[in-house]
Amino acid sequence: MATEAHGAEGGALELVFHPMDQFIVKPLFGDGQVGMFTITNVTLWMGLTILAIVGLLVLGTSGRATIPSRIQSIAELAYGFIRKMVEDVAGKDALPYFPYIMTLFIFIVFANFLGLLPMAFTTTSHIAVTAVMAMMVFLTVTILGFVKNGAGFLSLFWISAAPLPLRPILALIEIISYFVRPVSHSIRLAGNMMAGHAVIKVFAAFAPMILIGWIGVIVTPLSIIAITAIYALEVLVAFIQAYVFTILTCVYLKDALHPHH
Amino acid sequence: MASETHEATEIAADAAHGAADAAHGGAEAVGMPQLDLTTFSNQIFWLAVTLVVIYFVLSRIALPRIAAVLAERQGTITNDLAAAEDLKAKAVEAEEAYNKALADARAEAQNIIAQAKADMKADLDDAIAKADAEIGAKAAEGEKKIAEIRANAMESVKVVAKDTAKEIIAAMGGKADAKTVTAAITARMKG
Repeated sequence: MATEAHGAEGGALELVFHPMDQFIVKPLFGDGQVGMFTITNVTLWMGLTILAIVGLLVLGTSGRATIPSRIQSIAELAYGFIRKMVEDVAGKDALPYFPYIMTLFIFIVFANFLGLLPMAFTTTSHIAVTAVMAMMVFLTVTILGFVKNGAGFLSLFWISAAPLPLRPILALIEIISYFVRPVSHSIRLAGNMMAGHAVIKVFAAFAPMILIGWIGVIVTPLSIIAITAIYALEVLVAFIQAYVFTILTCVYLKDALHPHH
Repeated sequence: MASETHEATEIAADAAHGAADAAHGGAEAVGMPQLDLTTFSNQIFWLAVTLVVIYFVLSRIALPRIAAVLAERQGTITNDLAAAEDLKAKAVEAEEAYNKALADARAEAQNIIAQAKADMKADLDDAIAKADAEIGAKAAEGEKKIAEIRANAMESVKVVAKDTAKEIIAAMGGKADAKTVTAAITARMKG
C-alpha cells in the first residue's frame, strides 16, 4: 500500500502516497500502545465533536430569544428537522425516542464535518464507531419490537399480502435482509467517509509534482482542482450520510413500532 | 509484497527525511487502519463516553430548552394573532360608528334644512298674506274714496244741473218750481 515513487532527480524529492495514514488511531501523548482508555486522537476529535455540539445546541440557544439569533436559528432548524423526520417516518408514538435519534444525528453530522477540516481525524470513518452505532440501533429496534408487539413482531417477516406459497421464501429473504441491516447501515457511513478522505489524500499527493518535473505544470493544477471538487462533494456527503443514517434509524424504528405492513 | 516494499521504502524515507519522519513515530498505515482490531476497544470506549455525554447534554439541557423556546414562540404568535384580530374588530367597529355618526349628522342636516325651508316658507306665506290683506285694505279704502269723490261729483253735478235748469227755465220765462226741478233732475241723473 505504501507506495513511494522516486522523483526525476533520483530521490531528492519524491511523491508520497499515504492516503490511509489519516485514519491511524494513535496516542496523543507518547508513542505507547493503544489501550482501551488511552487518550488518542479519537478522544480528541470526539471531544471536539462534543464541544461543537454544546456550542451550537447549548450556548447557541442560551439567549432563549423569541426572535432567534442566527446560531439559535440553526439549532432550532436541526431540532425541527430531526423531530419532523421522526414524526413523519416513524410516527407520533416514536417521539419518545427522539432524543436518542437526535443524539445519533448530531454526533454523526458534527463528526463528519469536523473530519473535513485539514489534518483532522474522522471518527466516523472507522467501522468500529459506525458498527457500534448500527448495532445499538439494531438491538434497540429488535428488543423494542418484541417488547411492544410480542411475537407479533415476527409478522414483519410474514408478508400477508403475498400469495401463500411465496410467503416462506419471502420470510427467509426478509430475515436475511433484516440481519444484514446493521452491516449495510454501518459500512455505508464508514465507507463513504473513508473513501472520500482517501481520494482527497491521493490527489493531494500529486500536488507537489511541480517541484519534480515539467509534467507537474499540468498535474499540479489538475490535482488541486480535483481536491477542490472532491472536497465539495465530501461536504455534501458529510451531511447526506448523517441524514441517511438517521432516516434509516427512523425506518427501522417504524418497523419495530408498527411491524404490520 | 506489502511488507518487503514497506521495509524498503521505510529505509528510503528515513534516508530522505531523517528527523521529519520521527514525528510520524513509525505510525504508518499498513492496509486499512479501520481493520486494526487493537484500536477497537479504545474507539468503542470513547464513542460510548461521547454518546452518553451528548445524550445527557441533549436530553437535559438542549432539547427541552429548544422545545420551550419553540412553544413560547408559538404562543406569542398565537397571542399576537388574536390581538391583531381584536384590533381589527375594533377598527371595524370604529369605522361603523364613524359611518353611523356621519349618517346621523347628514340626516340632522337634512332635517335642519327642511325645517329652515318650512320656517322660511311659513314666514313668506305670512308676509304674503299680510301684504295681501294690506293691499286689500288699501284697495277698499281707495274704492271708498273713489265712491266718495264720485258721490261728491254727483252732488255737484246735481247742484249745477239744478242751477242750470233753474236758469234755463227762468230764461225761458217760466218760474221754476224748485221741487219739480229737483225731482226731475234726480230722475234723470239716475237714468
